[in-house]
Amino acid sequence: MNRDCPLIRIRDLANRFGDHVVHEHLDLDLYSGEILGVVGGSGSGKSVLLRSIVGLRRPDEGSIEVFGEDLQSLSERRRSKLERRFGVLFQRGALFSSLNLQENVAFPMIEHIGLARSEAEFLARVKLALVGLPVNAALQTPAELSGGMIKRAALARALALDPEVLFLDEPTAGLDPIGAADFDQLLLTLRNALGLSVFLVTHDLDTLYRTCDRVAVLAKRRVLVAGRLEAVENVDDPWVRDYFHGPRARAARQSPPSSEKS
Amino acid sequence: MSSGVDNAGRLVPRLDSLSVTGDWTLVHYATLQDQVEAARARIGNAEVSSLDLSEVVTLDTAGAALLVELLGAENMTELTKDAPDLPPARRALLHTVAQAMAKPLTPQYQATSPLIDFLARTGEGLERFWRQQRLLLGFIGLILSSLIATLWRPGRWRITALVAQIQQTGLYAIGIVALLTFLVGAVVAFLGATVLQNFGATIYTVDLIAFSFLREFGVLLAAILLAGRTASAFTAQIGSMKANEEIDALRALGLNTVELLVLPRVLALLMTLPILTFIGMLSGIIGGALVCLLVLDISALQFVIILQGVPLKHFLVGLAKAPIFAFFIAAIGCLEGFKVSGSAQSVGEHTTSSVVQSIFMVILLDAIAALFFMEMGW
Ligand SMILES: Nc1ncnc2c1ncn2[C@@H]1O[C@H](COP(=O)(O)OP(=O)(O)O)[C@@H](O)[C@H]1O
Ligand SMILES: [Mg+2]
Repeated sequence: MNRDCPLIRIRDLANRFGDHVVHEHLDLDLYSGEILGVVGGSGSGKSVLLRSIVGLRRPDEGSIEVFGEDLQSLSERRRSKLERRFGVLFQRGALFSSLNLQENVAFPMIEHIGLARSEAEFLARVKLALVGLPVNAALQTPAELSGGMIKRAALARALALDPEVLFLDEPTAGLDPIGAADFDQLLLTLRNALGLSVFLVTHDLDTLYRTCDRVAVLAKRRVLVAGRLEAVENVDDPWVRDYFHGPRARAARQSPPSSEKS
Repeated sequence: MSSGVDNAGRLVPRLDSLSVTGDWTLVHYATLQDQVEAARARIGNAEVSSLDLSEVVTLDTAGAALLVELLGAENMTELTKDAPDLPPARRALLHTVAQAMAKPLTPQYQATSPLIDFLARTGEGLERFWRQQRLLLGFIGLILSSLIATLWRPGRWRITALVAQIQQTGLYAIGIVALLTFLVGAVVAFLGATVLQNFGATIYTVDLIAFSFLREFGVLLAAILLAGRTASAFTAQIGSMKANEEIDALRALGLNTVELLVLPRVLALLMTLPILTFIGMLSGIIGGALVCLLVLDISALQFVIILQGVPLKHFLVGLAKAPIFAFFIAAIGCLEGFKVSGSAQSVGEHTTSSVVQSIFMVILLDAIAALFFMEMGW
């Protein structure tokens, strides 16, 4: 893990909607090969932060450098090329409702890599199986699926191009505990094998304890603290204390951490 | 990962072992697949008893999927289980992909012939039409029964919703209805004049305009406009509520969705379409009168005198159709909204369907009414 040169470097970021300030003076780094857990209360601006990083929202102030380049100042083509190295799972899945699941996952491969349809759909089925969806789900449309299945399919689409950086917005919300545990395992396997970096917004304390190398706490419009879990847990702040020392956190901490975590 | 250097992976078969080298990533997929096809042809059914992955530079899920496809999931798991120089992370990836691919990956397609497909689609269409009409009949019953149920309880009348709907469907539609019927009135006058001139009967243009607008065009044009403008709006409003599970939320709260959403819309249309019809008749006749005055040299006084000679029953026949059309337009619009399932696409499909159906229904009912009135001699 390269600690010196962050993959994503956010400095002095500000985001506002009218006079509603969501972020102010926000600094955050994502290092190569790490899984960064981002936590914060509902409405604290986790999704907005994610959207700013992947270039879906132009921040009102501040700079966001990705792979050492400022996304905002790049040309359309260079930007599209950079963004291809991202995989994004949106909070509500955002699957294309007019396509079935295998087409959803195959779509970026056909568009960006130029694979033939049959090849792309074969790979799409592999990815759908990888995230634990049954075979016949491949031909179903998003409207026919449950929330948890949509999350899985959205993860498969985020993984379609084997991206270098994964952005996941509450990926385990709506999954059953077994599915969530499988997800944790899959995330670790992929990270270890592919050297992925992961920006993981989550409220799932089990996921946090099992997979994350570092945790960033979003509160008071900025990153209150970012660091290893043990360090963050003991920060003297009421919200952090309630979050990491509530009854649920205690239970999650007692489960043995995964041996594969590096 | 997507290294600029072209180092696409290669497969080198030796005796009964297989050596894999280079980059096995998505960007090289086409090349890799060629390699795999070639290797498959050479290996045939022979078991590969050892696999050398030590010279693989990068490997992602796409590359892993290709390798697993070539060797088979079980075989891959076996081969990599105790490969000494395979990094554990890479082994985990291969195992995970192999595990995912252990089950058959191809969902069952059903092959059918085009003829059978065509017959099936036709049958399906007919059955859907039949089911739709039965559903509509049931829905109309539902509307009537909840109308009667709420009629006795003024406390449950949704006055605010009703007024809002009247404003939306009636007030805001006056302009377009008036303009459209005015233009059609002028067109009918021109048409009548052209034909009737041959018989030296230009003066009957006035009767033509009056009869056609009082009996047919006033109500028909207003109804078709409402079908396009309002039935679609009803479907989109209720449909997006359905897609967003708002309808379910209302039901779970123990509220009657028909009473809450459908009745105000139906009642609003029942009130606005007759008024719009009246406006349509007026403005169509004015359009015709203007043409008569300016082009055909029929004076306004003459026009009014002839108009006074037209029996009242024609006006009543036209107006009587308005509530019936209104009821069907509103019922179809709302019903299509309730039939929306989940996705935004479905909202679009049902909106289209509701416009087509309500226009169809309006014209069908108008034809039936014309037959009926003719038989009755009205
Ligand atoms: N498009 C928008 N317009 C106005 N306000 C927004 C918009 N998107 C988000 N917000 C506001 O930004 C804040 C942060 O939202 P979000 O990032 O979605 O929260 P969360 O941390 O739960 O993901 C919320 O208070 C929300 O109201
Ligand atoms: Mg969010």
